[in-house]
Amino acid sequence: MSQPQPIDVPQQVEQNPQTGEKPEDVRGKSQGQLVRQRFFGNTGAVVSLIVLLFIVVLSVTSLGVGPIPGWWKWNPDATGTVLNGGRPTLSLLPPSLGEHPFGQDNLGRDLFAMAMQGTQYSLVVMIVVGIIAGLVGTVVGGLSGYFRGWTEAVLMRLTDVIIIIPLVILAALLGRLAISWVRTHNLPTFATVIALGLLIGLASWPPLARLVRGEFLTLREREFVDAARLAGASSGRIIFKHILPNTVGVITVNITLLMSSAILLETALSYLGLGIQAPDWSLGRLISENQTAFATRPWLFWWPGVFIVAIALTINFIGDGLRDAFDPRQRKFNPKRARETGERTDQYPDALTASEPGTKPAVNAGADTGTRGDTGRDGR
Amino acid sequence: MISYILRRLITAVLILLGASFLVYLMTAVSGDPLWDLYGNPNAQQLIPARVEALNLDTPPVLRYFTWLGGALGCLVPFADTCSLGVSREGQEVTSLLSFAMGQTIMLVTIGTILAIVVGITLGIVSALRQYSGLDYGITFLTFLCFSLPSFWLAVLLKEVAAIQFNDFLQNPSLSIGALLAISVVAGLIWFLVSFGRMRTRILMGVLGFVVTFGIIYFVLATNWLAHPFLGIPLIALTGILVAVTATVLMAGLRNKRALYAGLATVVVGLVLYFPVQALFVGGGLLTLLALVVVMILVGVGAGYVAGGYDRGQGARVGGVTGFFVALLIILDRFMQSWPDYVNSGHIRGRPIATANSSTPGLSGDFWITGLDRFTHLLLPTICITLLALASYSRYSRASMLEIMGQDYVRTARAKGLSERTVVMRHAFRNALIPLATLVAYDIGGLIGGAIITESVFAFTGMGQLFIQSVRNVDPNPVMGVFLITGIVAMVFNLIADLVYSVLDPRVRVKA
Repeated sequence: MSQPQPIDVPQQVEQNPQTGEKPEDVRGKSQGQLVRQRFFGNTGAVVSLIVLLFIVVLSVTSLGVGPIPGWWKWNPDATGTVLNGGRPTLSLLPPSLGEHPFGQDNLGRDLFAMAMQGTQYSLVVMIVVGIIAGLVGTVVGGLSGYFRGWTEAVLMRLTDVIIIIPLVILAALLGRLAISWVRTHNLPTFATVIALGLLIGLASWPPLARLVRGEFLTLREREFVDAARLAGASSGRIIFKHILPNTVGVITVNITLLMSSAILLETALSYLGLGIQAPDWSLGRLISENQTAFATRPWLFWWPGVFIVAIALTINFIGDGLRDAFDPRQRKFNPKRARETGERTDQYPDALTASEPGTKPAVNAGADTGTRGDTGRDGR
Repeated sequence: MISYILRRLITAVLILLGASFLVYLMTAVSGDPLWDLYGNPNAQQLIPARVEALNLDTPPVLRYFTWLGGALGCLVPFADTCSLGVSREGQEVTSLLSFAMGQTIMLVTIGTILAIVVGITLGIVSALRQYSGLDYGITFLTFLCFSLPSFWLAVLLKEVAAIQFNDFLQNPSLSIGALLAISVVAGLIWFLVSFGRMRTRILMGVLGFVVTFGIIYFVLATNWLAHPFLGIPLIALTGILVAVTATVLMAGLRNKRALYAGLATVVVGLVLYFPVQALFVGGGLLTLLALVVVMILVGVGAGYVAGGYDRGQGARVGGVTGFFVALLIILDRFMQSWPDYVNSGHIRGRPIATANSSTPGLSGDFWITGLDRFTHLLLPTICITLLALASYSRYSRASMLEIMGQDYVRTARAKGLSERTVVMRHAFRNALIPLATLVAYDIGGLIGGAIITESVFAFTGMGQLFIQSVRNVDPNPVMGVFLITGIVAMVFNLIADLVYSVLDPRVRVKA
């Protein structure tokens, strides 16, 4: 989504409290540029982004997409002779992939190909979940926050009903539903992957809806919205031009975090046999197939796990970086800059501004506007 | 207030009804409940029998109301009309649940308490040392815990930690090189996480090295792993450490009277050690509880008698010390039974269990079965704790940072209060308030999340019951599991909202 210049955002000028001078680098920049600049100034987030992109590119190009072939020579289902006990041939010094970089299973299938397919499918599920949960959550939260009244009552009770079912239970039931639906309609197995993403997405939007509703509730009372309304703007225009751009930060950050819990959930379901089914590989299914071989071929267990952790970890770091970038009030204190000024004014100089972004405790949970700050951690 | 609670309860019941309807329908239509019978040679008899038993020829919506009628019977006290239906195998769901529920709740409770204690400690420490190496280390670790798939961690614990530790126990010895290497690494970690001037940090590193080396050497030299013991000396040593730590945290070392109260409690505990051993012989849970209560009372009494300007502080220090000394005495008794347990025919020297929730066929006194419980709970608990710990530590860090920037903390400092008083009295307590809500909201999700962990460890709790029933398209047990988690979640949400207005008077409940 583009970043229109919001009307009300206070000037993002951070004054140096000692000298009162404005740092030069913030003059004359749009909100989008500021966010981007802050994001790319965050080493952890940038490194994570690079690693994640590398994983995506590796998994997409190695096996190819659909009819387009990739550069890797083995097919995930092709059995072959087991070479050297199926040991991994990957070596860093000198860098070479060898015949089977991640090793082979006891049928001689290439683990690299299987892991790449699993990564592709897990990423597909993750992206579909992000899109669906983001759309539904934003629409439900936005409508109930903006129109209030009956719309809010109905939509929020619906949210309550869904949120009370633990995500794992809901997702397991939906996963089972997807599997039998695909089987009875004789669809290609890849349909399970998409259906799983759709259904997990439909299960995991409530926390986002609550957050978006909270944002809408505060924003709709602000002066700039009143001004727009007096100027005769329609509800649609107010929502899309005035309120939504101001909630982009919250939505983006939470969709990111939701995606990281979605990949954990999908792999867990596949591990339990309620997710992606044979002959398709998921990272979770790879682990469940190979855990019995742990004593003899541990690499079959390690590699898929490393990929899951890497994907979830990088997304979490990116989400954290986005949170810092979007919310200027909660910007991190920069210890380097403080050291340059050379004085230690206070033992906790940064405590006011550095309350951990977005993990903002739900202070108003006492009333029935419970803003639940996390996005379905129970998905694990 | 009462009208608020009533209104919340009524909404909660309606939400629960809606959600249960949804879950029932989803389970009922999620597959063919007869799928496993089609290839069966006796299908002719079995299919009509199951259709009959589970009422499969009525539509799922109507079956839900039958189920609801049975479930509503549970609300009538002492009427014995409670029925949550039968499972596919014809067992009553109520009896299935009553066992599974106990197992899961025990696992989740222990895991949650550990996660809260460890997570909050880590969060507070990293907030107080913001942007130090320690802070970055903890932050990275919590992110890692966030991103660990629970099943992977569980398999890892099972296949690597448990099996290798059991192998190690067969012949517990380390080469001197390995011993040195472990100690050097430990010292390095101490150096990296300590703070302050370089001299202090190096000192801490050396201390870490020496302590680690000493402990490992002691454990190996006394064959402690095969015959663990605490005995009077170790209980005394640990007890004194606890008393001093409690005083430092709660009263400050300058409050000598509080320290004396704590030390006196340790002495009383040591005196009680011998008479209590006789009581333990036929002992059960009640004896343990009584010991804990008595020790806490002794501690509180000692603190009160030692008195001084602040009796409450002394009483708190004494109470905490008494609690831990009681735990140490109990731990010592369990350790006395350890060799018998490990060498019993069912265990055969491999104590750390990787499956089930108790060793089948094992019989023994209270202490033996207690140890069996412990070895089975150990790995799933570690798994649940690690996963739940991350969010608590992040939240408590954020909350503590916010509090440390408040005006009243500055005021407290300006009054000249010691750093300990500022942190422990003014900041720490207030930082815990938002966590109360978080913990309460998390409980339902944690029970749900334990499903995956349980199924990896074949822990016979609600998780296994749930997964099995989902695979079998068997709605009644699924509904039972959902009902428990749903009710627990609802109750805790309500408690959270009520407790919040008590803890933070700024928040008012809409009456």
